[in-house]
Amino acid sequence: MQARDLQTDGKGRLKHFLCIEGLPRALLLDILDAAESFAGVGERAVKKVPLMRGKTIANLFFEASTRTRTTFELAAKRLSADVLNLNIQASSTSKGESLLDTLRTLEAMHCDMFVVRHGMSGAAHLIASHVADGVRVINAGDGRHEHPTQALLDCFTIRRATGAWAERGSSSLVIAIVGDVLHSRVARSDIHAFNTLGVGELRVVGPKTLLPNAVETLGVHVFHDPEAGLCDADVIIMLRLQNERMQGALLPSALEYFTTYGLTPARLLRAKPSVIVMHPGPINRGVEIDSAVADGNHSLILEQVRYGIAVRMAVMSMAMGSLPRTRPPRSMRDD
Amino acid sequence: MRWHIRGGRVVDPARGLDRVTDLYLAAGRVLSVDAPPPGFGDGQVREIDARGLLVCPGFVDLCARLREPGSEHKATILSETRAAARAGITTLCCPPDTLPVIDTPAVAELVHRRAEESGHAKVVCLGALTAGLAGRQLAEMFHLKAIGCVGVSNAMSAIADTEVLRRALEYAATAGLTVFLHAEDPWLGRGCLHEGPVATRLGLPGIPETAETVALSRDLLLIEQTGVRAHFCRLSSARAVALVRAAQDAGLPITADVAAHQLHLTDIDVGYYDSLCHVRPPLRSLRDREGLREGVRAGVIGAICSDHQPHERDVKTAPFEATEPGISALETLLPLTLALVGDAVLTLPEAIAALSLRPARILGIEAGSLAPGTPADVCVFDPNVDRRLTEETLASAGKNTPFLGWHLRGKVTHTFVSGRLVFEDAAPIR
Repeated sequence: MQARDLQTDGKGRLKHFLCIEGLPRALLLDILDAAESFAGVGERAVKKVPLMRGKTIANLFFEASTRTRTTFELAAKRLSADVLNLNIQASSTSKGESLLDTLRTLEAMHCDMFVVRHGMSGAAHLIASHVADGVRVINAGDGRHEHPTQALLDCFTIRRATGAWAERGSSSLVIAIVGDVLHSRVARSDIHAFNTLGVGELRVVGPKTLLPNAVETLGVHVFHDPEAGLCDADVIIMLRLQNERMQGALLPSALEYFTTYGLTPARLLRAKPSVIVMHPGPINRGVEIDSAVADGNHSLILEQVRYGIAVRMAVMSMAMGSLPRTRPPRSMRDD
Repeated sequence: MRWHIRGGRVVDPARGLDRVTDLYLAAGRVLSVDAPPPGFGDGQVREIDARGLLVCPGFVDLCARLREPGSEHKATILSETRAAARAGITTLCCPPDTLPVIDTPAVAELVHRRAEESGHAKVVCLGALTAGLAGRQLAEMFHLKAIGCVGVSNAMSAIADTEVLRRALEYAATAGLTVFLHAEDPWLGRGCLHEGPVATRLGLPGIPETAETVALSRDLLLIEQTGVRAHFCRLSSARAVALVRAAQDAGLPITADVAAHQLHLTDIDVGYYDSLCHVRPPLRSLRDREGLREGVRAGVIGAICSDHQPHERDVKTAPFEATEPGISALETLLPLTLALVGDAVLTLPEAIAALSLRPARILGIEAGSLAPGTPADVCVFDPNVDRRLTEETLASAGKNTPFLGWHLRGKVTHTFVSGRLVFEDAAPIR
């Protein structure tokens, strides 16, 4: 497919990182393995490796973001790259031409990599199909489409916590994604990642107004009843409910959403005793998640942020081709 | 100039004619078929060897945006009528959503005059149903009819206020004008791709089938109430075809058309955000495409049109939902319709009828026939030539078509408008 062609070179190596959909399982595991090797860097006294020294990375954020942008920035700096942060207000680039114009301007400055966040689905694909040869594009979230590094850090967190996909095997986890799947790029990337890596059961849970049409075609079981959807879950991923969704025809109020779908200690009891709770952040306490759960001992929300740096270091260095290897990556071997 | 088109397969759906014979044109009109009238050989006669070629009425395209006035950076009446001539299209129907809108006789007159100056194809206009297409005040329909508008339409601007719509239909019925309706609910139709698995996967806001069927159902009831003659433009879903069919079976005198690309593409062709497949109404599911094909086969959908919308490259170079919808489609109208013959949806005479006779009848114009005495709008084409579509082969100013790279069968060799040769393939491939 087209996206696969954009994302990998002729030898199956990562080129651009735009979406999880279409990436082979072995490549996802390679990234997770690489992230594992970077996970210790942040604990060292000198928190830097010289893998991307001399490279310039532009963080191109057409949409406001704090944690994604900062973790990308930290990841780039720990790889010794030079970082350029550009927060471009969506209002001045509502036209597509100016998006590409911005890109051309940056290209003239000889950036080696663009980390792109944009409010419209497909923006990262568009940019990747227009950049010069050798320039890499990492999708940091495009509209409602995908947020692939978030999905990988979710996988990384789950692997560390549960031992899933250890030794590159499958898993029998029951994972429930709860909330506003309709507008969530995290949900779409997570669904593709979990289905590619292999899980026991993947569920989406939410009211009909917040689940996209034909969502089951992505390979999920659909639950409208949260009690049933959370039953015996190993992993619960709560999605952020943005304020604007609480007006209009999608939901009547934040309070009703919390009482109906919010993750409370009582509801958490439906899941397995060993359940882990995750959230892409920023969280809305008392809307989609109770503080007692968000801060409780099942929650891995802060670990997700921490692992995000290692995962982004892995993705950036692999896309740049700067990860040294003594032997070919597993995804290129026959085993 | 007199013309003798010799030895072609002459297809005239209006008279059920389909045989290898000769066609004679003179003084801008069809003179006779089979044998020349007495005295035809006196004076200058040009002969065209049409052996192995098809000779049929020139095509009538129910919807072509010519971009003039108002968007001449996209295309002009001159550039697009020239492209039409190359495509065998002799009459283009221009919807009223120009800038300014065709809601006054002056704008219609401008379009008519520019078309006459270009001389490559005839252009007829639909007048606006409401002033400025704003859906509030009725347009001056009697004045628009007097200047030559062949019908009225609110184009892609839905009239949300049902009282205004009802009165507009009543007034159009009074004026004896056919109303051309786009069935699209303004609220349900706010997305950019058919609501289904593809839109869900790509994270694009969907347009549900009900955007079409809710509006269509409402319109059908108002048509029945007001007694207006109505035509539904660009059907996109199988359900809509079923609704139109049921209304026709119940005796409501309505007609419908479909854009040729809707009979070939589905939402899956959008792939990873191919903006060339961004159209409105959207490409829908395979089931819908089959429903539309069945509608064409059964005659529920009488006409196939291009829904030509030439664009400059910039407006297609953006994230999918920020791009402008539409395909530059004049030059694929014939090949895409002929492909339906290959797919056993239509016979060749039926395909030609869907491009000429039926749209001419919908517009109520004297076209779409080769009967002696009718204007000599004639297309001669080679149905067997297979060509790869490239930007270079497109005459339209708009190169925005998802069919680039496709091998398309059917090549126009000659086009006549009122007996004038407006296009001749310099080197017909034989």
